[in-house]
Amino acid sequence: MKFRRLIFANLFRKKVRLILTIGSFAIALVLFTFLAVIKSAFNRGVEIAGADRLIVVDRVGLMNLMPISYADKIAAIPGVKAVAHDHWFGGVYQDEKNFFPQFVIDVENHRKVYPEFIVPDDHWNNFVKDRQGAIAGAKLAERFHWKVGDRIPIKTTLYGGAVWEFNLDGIYHTEKPDGDQGQFWLQWKYFDENVPSVIKSTAGWYILKLNNPDDAVRVAKAIDEKFANSSHETKTQTESAFAAYFAKQFGNIEFLILTIGSVVFFTLLLVTGNTMAISVRERTGELAVLKAIGVTDRSVLFLVLAESVAIALFGGMLGLLLAWGAIPVISGALTGMLPPLLLSKTMLALGLIFAFLVGAASGLLPGIGAMRMRVVNALRRV
Amino acid sequence: MVRVDGSGNSQSLICVRGLNKTYSRGGEKIQVLQGLNLDVDKGDFVAFMGPSGSGKTTLLNLLGGLDVPSAGSITVDGDEITHMSGSKLTQWRARHVGFIFQMYNLIPVLTAYQNVELPLLLTKLSGSDRRKHVETALAVVGLGDRMHHYPRQLSGGQEQRVTIARAIVSDPTFLLCDEPTGDLDRKSADEIMALIEELVGKYGKTVLMVTHDPVVAARAHTTLHLEKGVLVEGKASRQSVLAGGAA
Repeated sequence: MKFRRLIFANLFRKKVRLILTIGSFAIALVLFTFLAVIKSAFNRGVEIAGADRLIVVDRVGLMNLMPISYADKIAAIPGVKAVAHDHWFGGVYQDEKNFFPQFVIDVENHRKVYPEFIVPDDHWNNFVKDRQGAIAGAKLAERFHWKVGDRIPIKTTLYGGAVWEFNLDGIYHTEKPDGDQGQFWLQWKYFDENVPSVIKSTAGWYILKLNNPDDAVRVAKAIDEKFANSSHETKTQTESAFAAYFAKQFGNIEFLILTIGSVVFFTLLLVTGNTMAISVRERTGELAVLKAIGVTDRSVLFLVLAESVAIALFGGMLGLLLAWGAIPVISGALTGMLPPLLLSKTMLALGLIFAFLVGAASGLLPGIGAMRMRVVNALRRV
Repeated sequence: MVRVDGSGNSQSLICVRGLNKTYSRGGEKIQVLQGLNLDVDKGDFVAFMGPSGSGKTTLLNLLGGLDVPSAGSITVDGDEITHMSGSKLTQWRARHVGFIFQMYNLIPVLTAYQNVELPLLLTKLSGSDRRKHVETALAVVGLGDRMHHYPRQLSGGQEQRVTIARAIVSDPTFLLCDEPTGDLDRKSADEIMALIEELVGKYGKTVLMVTHDPVVAARAHTTLHLEKGVLVEGKASRQSVLAGGAA
């Protein structure tokens, strides 16, 4: 690229303006990346959901509990490989800000439906034998510096506000490093013994694994038909649909993020476009001279676009760098309130592509203006 | 040899026939050039004079392929440029025309060297070949020791020398100078004119120059006056103008 020296020289012509433009671009991209990361965090459940898993909930809503007797009836439906039940414990550790998801699990069947959670056999065996036992995700244990053998008090917010104590018998990991390692599991039997009678012998939801993912529609229909007209009608859906439904409980995050993201996008477009328009206007004479000495209209357009793309990429890289540093800190501060915020390589690449597109779009109008400019008229203005 | 009566032959470097240029301004048509003829041979040094608005710069722009005529033809070194497309004309300019402007029009963020190198970036020359050409051009204009200075670090005369170096670096067929000394003091103007004379005398360049200054015009081989859209040659025309018009 023979004109790179000219492009870079023009970039640094007005240093204050360049710094301000790059700065505003960087800040906007930090915001944009943060929104994208939040959106991704809410969608992660949908992305990692197993294709061969169905979730059964009470048709009225997630807060309505179902009889534990449903487990055997669901297991009897052809095509179902395994069934497990879960409950939401809803407690806090030491302080209300130390919130994390605690699940009351079905010890006998949990590993059959969730093979992606890896628990060492000795940890699991100790847990099975210990009614007050618990297993924590590796990241959760790391967050609170827990180790196997620790006694963990959890104050429940749902069952009378009592403090329940658990023995940490094991730590689980996930197959993928970005898997959910922030859960806390306790035994259903221990839970069932200690909850008020109205909660006893219930399940919050059922998770079932299918022999064949292609049977999902048929099995879901069969389950819902089986419990139709009962006191607890069911709603069976794929795990990804359930995860999407669960995410929507927080509100229409996607719409909110899309709206804010669009505002950020158009603001960036205007800021960079304005900078480029002023810059091109200031250089009318110089561009005319370039055309006079034989630089083609397309090359003039390229010079303007290259400049605006360079500004956008500088700003974009700075913004992504800031986001890369800030997101783990923000994620740490928000632990428990939001799913873990992860800035993946894909998102970084998308951020750069976004910056490139904004740069190209904002340079397009001034570039076309420069391309169409008549040399004779422009020289007359000098 | 310069002729304005259309009697030139096909050997002329620049051959203009029946050139018309009309502008529309507020619905009114203004005819700037009217059936102008011109023949310029290789190595000629021609000065165009005339009152403001007489069409000198318009003629220069047409000869340089920066503007298109309303009618007539311009042939340079066998290429008729009047019917070339925009992109062809741009390529033609890069190969055949060197421009020298009154206001220098250097790129302020590039050094003298980088400014002079610009036309060569449009060629296929290697970096080392470009360097040789640029150093030679700057040496010709006497700025071999200022090549890494920015325009703001140079005097007006030196800036104009850089412009001249930029105009000659790609060895164009002819040079077009629009008031090359218009922004300079007399001493600097003399130096620039000496340089242009050297380009003509020593290097055989063909130069067409627009000027208001009779002293500058006197340095050219031929002075042509633009009057009512046509060219007339030499002093006779000036006398006739002073005597009361071209009639």
